[in-house]
Amino acid sequence: MSLWKYSNPSKFLTTSERILPWVWTLAAICLIGGLVWGFFFTPDDYRMGSTVKIFYLHVPAALMAINAWLMMLIASLIWLIRRHHVSALAARAAAPVGAAMTVIALVTGAIWGQPMWGTWWVWDPRLTSFLILFLFYLGYIALWSAIEDPDTAADLTSITCLVGSVFALLSRYAVNFWNQGLHQGASMSLDKEQNVANVFWFPAVTCIAGFVLLFVALVLYRTGTEIRARRMRALLARERAVA
Amino acid sequence: MIALFLRDLKLAIRAGGGFGLGLAFFLIVTVLVPFSIGPQTDLLTRIAPGVLWLGALLACLLSLDRLLALDWEDGTLDLLATAPIPLEAVVTVKALSHWVVTGLPLVLAAPVLGVMLNLPLEGFVPLVLSLLLGTPALSVIGTFGAALTVGLKRGGLLLSLLVLPLYVPTLIFGAEAARRGAQGLEAGTPLLLVAGITAFAAGLLPLASAAVLRVNLR
Repeated sequence: MSLWKYSNPSKFLTTSERILPWVWTLAAICLIGGLVWGFFFTPDDYRMGSTVKIFYLHVPAALMAINAWLMMLIASLIWLIRRHHVSALAARAAAPVGAAMTVIALVTGAIWGQPMWGTWWVWDPRLTSFLILFLFYLGYIALWSAIEDPDTAADLTSITCLVGSVFALLSRYAVNFWNQGLHQGASMSLDKEQNVANVFWFPAVTCIAGFVLLFVALVLYRTGTEIRARRMRALLARERAVA
Repeated sequence: MIALFLRDLKLAIRAGGGFGLGLAFFLIVTVLVPFSIGPQTDLLTRIAPGVLWLGALLACLLSLDRLLALDWEDGTLDLLATAPIPLEAVVTVKALSHWVVTGLPLVLAAPVLGVMLNLPLEGFVPLVLSLLLGTPALSVIGTFGAALTVGLKRGGLLLSLLVLPLYVPTLIFGAEAARRGAQGLEAGTPLLLVAGITAFAAGLLPLASAAVLRVNLR
């Protein structure tokens, strides 16, 4: 019994099909619950008014945008080291989801920034590094779709993901050097004293859990689709070979 | 390795090698800037370091798709892959010759274009230094991109999409050093950082480029 048994596509498919409904349901409960709670049952901030509520979307999306890339990095490493196809397909499946999360974070940030900072966009280190992260996602997705042979594509995108991670990290700290920020620092943290009041904290954590579950569900679902698509291609190829 | 280096240089310099194309592109971009934003000298003075860095970066990018593609098409890369020197060394030599053919002329031309953009006198040394330290990183990173897309039919646009985000740190530190120099500020820190990025990229990226090339040659 180990984690590696799920590198077998059939095993992966049966297991993911069994848990997927649960993950979808839990994600829906957390998201709907957290968002409704956050939007309608929390007090307005004394300075920012009701605009503060967009953070129930902004913070989880930004969190998942980074974590999706991390997940792709780990999946790429597993593919490069152990050559499990499911791992490569999971990385491929996660990329558009991560890119979408990046867009959500950028757009909600802009919508909040307009009334609060008086501008949709500033060249702030955090905003800029997110934009760069989005470009990395685009390049990664474009590379996957440009190469026909699936194994070559998996190899090349995995190495790109590794190199991209290093350079994304470099850019993250390089932009700090380049411009001073308008974006506030982190106010939620696991190891430091938190400075978010509990009324905001609990719905926010529910929303984050919802986004994590949504991401897991989407990745499992999309990986299943990729596996089936590849099987179909193999079947068609076999049919053509026979005929 | 030296033989390979000399061969690449010869191929680039002789007819049809495209030597000087990057330089001409750099010149044209710099000439177009005053047309697009107006000829006010104080404005040009302010943006000159950034424009020169961006022009150098784009000129470098433009020449990347020829870096490995020709050797790929005529089968030279297959021979090089089976040669007794490691593929990492081949890739490093390719990056080096690309820098000598493309990056070094840009560095040498930058002061002349700086005069045209009204760059202040104290800005010339930091500009040339930052380009000298930064353009090798552009070549090394570009070699990785070229190795990645060498097997693709229409890899040019994809190459830009993949390589340009990787250029961000180099551009930030390089342009910052040139800008600080032009404003008479101390430019040592960004210069050191740009040198660090070059050293880092030159040390580690050939491993990735060679790995990618092996996959593509499979």
